[in-house]
Amino acid sequence: MNFDLRLPLGIMFGLFGAILVIFGAVSNKEIYEKHSLGININLIWGAVLLVFGAAMLFLTWRASKKAAPAKDQKKKDAR
Amino acid sequence: MHIQLGGIDYAILLIYFAFVLGIGWVLKRYMKGSTDFFLSGRSIPAWVTGLAFLSANLGAQEVIGMAASGAKYGIMTSHFYWVGAIPAMVFLAIFMMPFYYGSRARSVPEYLKLRFDEKTRGLNAISFSVMTVFSSGISLHALAKLMETLLGWNYDACIAVSASIVLVYIFMGGLTSAIYNEVLQFFMIVLGFAPLVFLALKDIGGWAALKQKLIPVATSQHFVEGTWTQSWTHMGSSLENPMGVGWFGMTMGLGFVLSFGYWCTDFLVVQRAMAANSMSAARRTPLIAAIPKMLFPALVILPGMIAIALHYSSGNQFLPIGKDGTPDYNMTIPALLVKYFPTGLLGIGFTALMASFMSGMAGNVTAFNTVWTYDIYQSYIAPKKSDNHYLWMGRWATVFGILVSIGCAYLASKFNNIMDMLQLVFGFVNAPLFATFLLGMFWRRTTGHGAFFGLLGGTIGAAIFHGLALSRGAEVGIKGGWIAKEFIFHSEMGQNFWMALVAWTTCFVLTIVISLATKRTKTDQELKGLVYSLTPKPETAHEPWYMQPVTVGILVLLATFILNIIFW
Repeated sequence: MNFDLRLPLGIMFGLFGAILVIFGAVSNKEIYEKHSLGININLIWGAVLLVFGAAMLFLTWRASKKAAPAKDQKKKDAR
Repeated sequence: MHIQLGGIDYAILLIYFAFVLGIGWVLKRYMKGSTDFFLSGRSIPAWVTGLAFLSANLGAQEVIGMAASGAKYGIMTSHFYWVGAIPAMVFLAIFMMPFYYGSRARSVPEYLKLRFDEKTRGLNAISFSVMTVFSSGISLHALAKLMETLLGWNYDACIAVSASIVLVYIFMGGLTSAIYNEVLQFFMIVLGFAPLVFLALKDIGGWAALKQKLIPVATSQHFVEGTWTQSWTHMGSSLENPMGVGWFGMTMGLGFVLSFGYWCTDFLVVQRAMAANSMSAARRTPLIAAIPKMLFPALVILPGMIAIALHYSSGNQFLPIGKDGTPDYNMTIPALLVKYFPTGLLGIGFTALMASFMSGMAGNVTAFNTVWTYDIYQSYIAPKKSDNHYLWMGRWATVFGILVSIGCAYLASKFNNIMDMLQLVFGFVNAPLFATFLLGMFWRRTTGHGAFFGLLGGTIGAAIFHGLALSRGAEVGIKGGWIAKEFIFHSEMGQNFWMALVAWTTCFVLTIVISLATKRTKTDQELKGLVYSLTPKPETAHEPWYMQPVTVGILVLLATFILNIIFW
């Protein structure tokens, strides 16, 4: 009916995760001493967001696989 | 207090806006008729409507406001969740959704027309439309003001950009667009603020250390040691806690009248449940929302408590001090963001904040355009037009709604009192509403005259009580007491809770009395599907336990009860 919301969710958070991980890797480590108690929170949380995005995309893919055989079945039944 | 955003932070914000607009654009092709635009064709799965239900209610006033309350009042703020939201959400799911969804009403006022009569619908439709569009304006104003204060952005530009983005994605994709974006916003808020809680809690030394550090906060304000970390222990009387409310006022005023009045009758949230793809999904929607709602205190209240502990232990350095010498509590979340988030994560946190404002605004606008089109325009101005005509009207009602919101935002910026006035009017109108719905759904004898005049009477009763009540130290006028200073309360919150109780009781009693004195205008047959005793119970025995509304509802209530005990 409407498109699967998990698709944009997965892409957007995957993108955010990637940005944070890359920035976390190349950024000046001083900013973490100043703010996040010395923890490279960009790297860590970026990884979390990446995993979340990937999970959403996986669920989208799985849902479309379920819909595809059902559609094929419907076509078969209609003949 | 100034935030410096880096290039990465701006990039994140822009990406977010691109997705929000993109979703609206993709959904455009699915908007074929008015049911698609206003009700998403009743086709949305329960997990989506559930998260949207929660998110539409979560304006940034909640994120910023609850953190501010957490700093100002401590864990007592959790009552807004565990007493003032969860029970009402469970009640809505189990008892009221069957009527909202089963009656095929396209809005809450339309349910009132089906159950009672046109004048009751009209009263609710008009008061709701005005309130909801003002709410939207206040969100917009608060957003622009915050951006101006924190980033030095131009106020007018903020208003224009935020309003335009919301306008465009709703214009294109209707309710579905609003709902999808609300789910996006939900995850932004959770994933954006979770690291803040983690870092702040680590910094303060954990929950035990926090409890210790909150003792001087309480004692320096002449309260008992544990007042900031115990939610019920100090509610014996309104003198024992900083909120100035006793347990009775809290449970009945907030927990019963105000929260049921909001969660069970406000079309803003009910609309999301009405968009679900089945009766079962519609009933599960508020329950699915209740589960994260239960856990939100950890996300929004806890940071507030940590902030005030940091403030006191640093010699009043952490929060900016307001004009009256007390901390500016509304700066709690911004202060925490600045302290703990480096560039990168700051972009996520800041975008999450903006997202929460916008989800509140969008919710109000979609509720407005539906009520305007179906309950005002189609009912009184132009009935019997084609469905395409109402779809067209809905789109232009969106434009109109946004323009009026912008107007309200500017009003709020010019007159500080406007916000207070509006809170007041909302209180007057919302408090009696639940009595009307309760009697309408559970007592077939309630008549249209009873409902209408009961509602009117309750609202007037609220106004009269307000005229006779005042809180300590407040000036007569907008704060109350403009008839006489009969009832003095310890705090404004206490005063509002009691006013709600009075309004509800007035409406309840009046509705019963007038209903008994007037003739019924609807037969039992006409009321089938609208009243509890005349409607067959929804059949759920064949569903697995986690899909059964009653089972899940009981589990949610049990979990909430346990949370209350843990933080007693």
